[in-house]
Amino acid sequence: MADEPWAHSRYDLQQARSPDAPETAGFNDPRGDSGWIHSYETGSTLDGPGIRVVVFMSGCLLRCLYCHNPDTWHLKDGTRVSFERAKTALQAYAAPLRAMDGGLTISGGEPLVQLHFTKRLFAAAKGMGLHTALDTSGFLGARADDEYLRQVDLVLLDIKSWDPATYRRAVGQDIRPTIQFAERLAALGKPVWVRFVLVPGLTDDPANVEGIARFVAPMKNVEWVEVLPFHQMGTFKWKAMGLDYELSDTPTPSSELVARVIGQFREAGCRAR
Amino acid sequence: MPDEAIAAQRSAETSKQQSGQKKPRPDGSGEQPLSAAEDAMNEWEGFTPGRWQNAVDVRDFIQRNVVPYDGDESFLAGPSEKTKAVWAKLQPYFKEEIRKGVLDVDTKTPSSMTSHAAGYIDRDNELIVGLQTDAPFRRAIMPYGGLRMVEAGLKAAGFEPDPIVHDVFTKYRKTHNDGVFDAYTPEIMACRRSHIITGLPDAYGRGRIIGDYRRVALYGTDKLLAAKRIDRALLDAKWPSDDVIREREELSEQMRALADLAEMGKEYGLDITRPAADAREAVQWTYFGYLGAIKEANGAAMSIGRISSFLDIYIERDLKSGALDEAGAQELIDQLVQKLRIVRFLRTPDYDALFSGDPYWATECVGGMDLNGRPLVTRTSFRMLHTLTNLGPAPEPNMTVLWSKQLPEPFKRYCIKVSAETSSIQYENDDLMRPYWGDDYGIACCVSAMRIGSQMQFFGARVNLGKCLLYAINGGRDEVSGDQVGPAASPVSGDVLEYDDVVAKFDVMMEWLARTYVHAMNCIHYMHDKYYYERLEMALHDQQILRTMAFGIAGLSVVADSLSAIKYAQVKPVRRDDGLIVDYEITGDFPKYGNNDDRVDTIAADLVSTFMRKIRKHPTYRNAVHTQSVLTITSNVVYGKNTGNTPDGRKAGEPFAPGANPMHGRDSHGWLASCLSVAKLPYADAQDGISYTVSITPSLNRLDQGEKIKQAVKVLDTYCGQGGFHMNLNVLNRDTLLDAMEHPDKYPQLTIRVSGYAVNFVRLTREQQMDVISRTFHGDG
Repeated sequence: MADEPWAHSRYDLQQARSPDAPETAGFNDPRGDSGWIHSYETGSTLDGPGIRVVVFMSGCLLRCLYCHNPDTWHLKDGTRVSFERAKTALQAYAAPLRAMDGGLTISGGEPLVQLHFTKRLFAAAKGMGLHTALDTSGFLGARADDEYLRQVDLVLLDIKSWDPATYRRAVGQDIRPTIQFAERLAALGKPVWVRFVLVPGLTDDPANVEGIARFVAPMKNVEWVEVLPFHQMGTFKWKAMGLDYELSDTPTPSSELVARVIGQFREAGCRAR
Repeated sequence: MPDEAIAAQRSAETSKQQSGQKKPRPDGSGEQPLSAAEDAMNEWEGFTPGRWQNAVDVRDFIQRNVVPYDGDESFLAGPSEKTKAVWAKLQPYFKEEIRKGVLDVDTKTPSSMTSHAAGYIDRDNELIVGLQTDAPFRRAIMPYGGLRMVEAGLKAAGFEPDPIVHDVFTKYRKTHNDGVFDAYTPEIMACRRSHIITGLPDAYGRGRIIGDYRRVALYGTDKLLAAKRIDRALLDAKWPSDDVIREREELSEQMRALADLAEMGKEYGLDITRPAADAREAVQWTYFGYLGAIKEANGAAMSIGRISSFLDIYIERDLKSGALDEAGAQELIDQLVQKLRIVRFLRTPDYDALFSGDPYWATECVGGMDLNGRPLVTRTSFRMLHTLTNLGPAPEPNMTVLWSKQLPEPFKRYCIKVSAETSSIQYENDDLMRPYWGDDYGIACCVSAMRIGSQMQFFGARVNLGKCLLYAINGGRDEVSGDQVGPAASPVSGDVLEYDDVVAKFDVMMEWLARTYVHAMNCIHYMHDKYYYERLEMALHDQQILRTMAFGIAGLSVVADSLSAIKYAQVKPVRRDDGLIVDYEITGDFPKYGNNDDRVDTIAADLVSTFMRKIRKHPTYRNAVHTQSVLTITSNVVYGKNTGNTPDGRKAGEPFAPGANPMHGRDSHGWLASCLSVAKLPYADAQDGISYTVSITPSLNRLDQGEKIKQAVKVLDTYCGQGGFHMNLNVLNRDTLLDAMEHPDKYPQLTIRVSGYAVNFVRLTREQQMDVISRTFHGDG
């Protein structure tokens, strides 16, 4: 049943993955006839406006220390799904999603890894009258051309840190592509919710927060800055996958710390929550 | 002494009946059958007149007089000093009850409306009076349903059964329970023993009948008796077939019941022979109607109906005249609800295992729309829900919001707000039910809709469809005992279960089960009518009523997933030495019900329709209309306990999912997918209701409270719009529940909703607590 991921949970799928799953070759075929999907969830109220269906693509180039979906890093962590099948599954939710002012959010992994498939799925969602949201780190933002972004109503842009060294330590990559993507979105006037994961001892330095706040504050397209407090709910996956989890002892941020950070954003003129 | 009273009343009755016979009205709808509207001019002053004055027609009264309210909750008042005083008096009882269970029983006096002297909690502060016995938390015995139940209940609670009562109900008076077992066949007995049919009301009161208690307030017992006399005259004119003789006897019982009810009122110093004259009397009279019913019938579910917006008419009149202020209005509703919260019946441990937490389903419906598109939401709808704030959360009365997309937005938001704070409300789809049941229906028990005063049901618990599937696989043998219970057929052969083969065998087995089930139900309700007739509840009905016979199924998700596994994965049977299939090995994966996946959801929906079709084939007692529910209450635990391994991978003894819920943890795509699967079940083939329980964890959601509530309103609108019937909504943390298991003292009022009703969490058995906790919690509250 390798081509039928719609009956599985995110975690089940990974566990049940067939060792002889097809190769990843051709994943980036320009027609986007199929994609590697890790899983999907319905009913989210956190990933964009209204009630959402969230599709988690597999494949990501970042390695965030606090990643709560490490089971989506590799393309083959997902299951190959034909575009038609994905579209049909989404169709089953279209009417209720419209009624609840919601839509489709593509997350991951990193949706921009599978550029053509996700673009096609967004276009299909628009065709169903759904609001669309792209949840991305921005690292591959340059891959999404303007035509791609026309299919996207909202970008949930994770700016994981401001200080380049902290950024590299937290995610293992360079910050510049994300900054450039954010500037491009601002120039396009594309609605954005900036997200910042607050990890005590890693990203909570006031200067680090201040940098993002000042960068984002003048951008009129940024509707919200959302502070996401770090949590340990993904820990079991790291352990199950035999990965070394550096943040085992990291506490969740105190409400004072969360309030301070939100305050910093607001101080700088951002609409933050 | 009560006997003398009854005798006196009876002779009074006879003379009244005779006088009533002077003017028989063959059409039953004459101009002045209720013996002249002028009689009640004082009580009815200020109300818009109409048909309701000349015939018993509460709906007409509501239609002409109700004032819908489309504002918000800001007008509500807190609990009064008197309310607080009464509540304080009751607290020690509640506390002790959690520790001890049954606090007190009057073991000697079979309960009736007139069996006990008046009882009070705090006479100076009680605005609404009346207890089941002469003291709060003193339970009564009701042996007419079955003496065994009474004695088992007494022993379990640490009381000695009374020898005289024992003698009377073994030597001189037959019970419903005795009657049923005289009529049962060996086959039915075997089905009961093996738990393929369970929870049948063959040893206890069937309940699920809603007297129109509002009639007592609107008309008083005299006018109701006058109306009954007209019915009687009609019956007297008919040739005495079995049906007519039975109806005459029943009607006589009803009239005696109304007289007894008046007598009960008198015991409290109140004259309920006349209509209620003000709001306080309206609440009191209505409650007396209900109290009379629960003094006589220990029904599994004793709903109060749909009283809020009816009472609102009286409250509005008093508010207008200045006789009452908002605090006084809330006080009346609070005090009524206090009474409803201390209703207690004596029940057995077996019973508790099926329906835990001492429920009695005093279900009250608020909201809904009328047939003209007007909301039936009034200020008293708010006041009723506000009792959950004033008195704290509680399972009873079973607050049921009849949800319509058209309900006023502020009311919808208020409901959700109270849900979030108390987890004590269930929602049922008024837009789905109204076309079937009109705009004055109530909910009996959890999800069973019926037109108030003109419809009743013969309650029938449920069959275990999961077990039925196993019987099909095993040629009618029970997978636990190995006994041949179902008709002998060839069991599944071969190493792999073949879908078509299993479905064909299952079809035959369901055919047998449906027939046996209807057979048993006919026996039960024949005897219940004969030996334990609900004379007062039926006195508060019309003479011509619609009867439904409510069948039920448990294990829907287990069977759907099992068939899906057989179809989409590979399922190998594991046989014992004697060939009995006792386990299954599953290779591969399969679609599971609860994920909005049509491949399996259609299996579930078809099962509902298929079993309903089979039930409909068999004639019912009193030509009742067949209906069906997908509801388990807490019995999903017991069903699971008595059912072996199933082909979906569920292990022997593990609980089923409650009601129409997907199996625990298998609805892995979030609540929306789960809801949409459940919404596919056809109400047309499950007119007795489809129960669905959702638990949502209040997350550290970034949305503010107002936004969350708006979203939740949209969710309910959408779920109902998609055809969803019922949502039992919990907003809870798993950690809270775990903590409550360890420290029950800290959570005396922790209320949660389970499959159609609500319970005090700390009063569940540990097993059931675990079951609740293991159920899927969805995030994003």
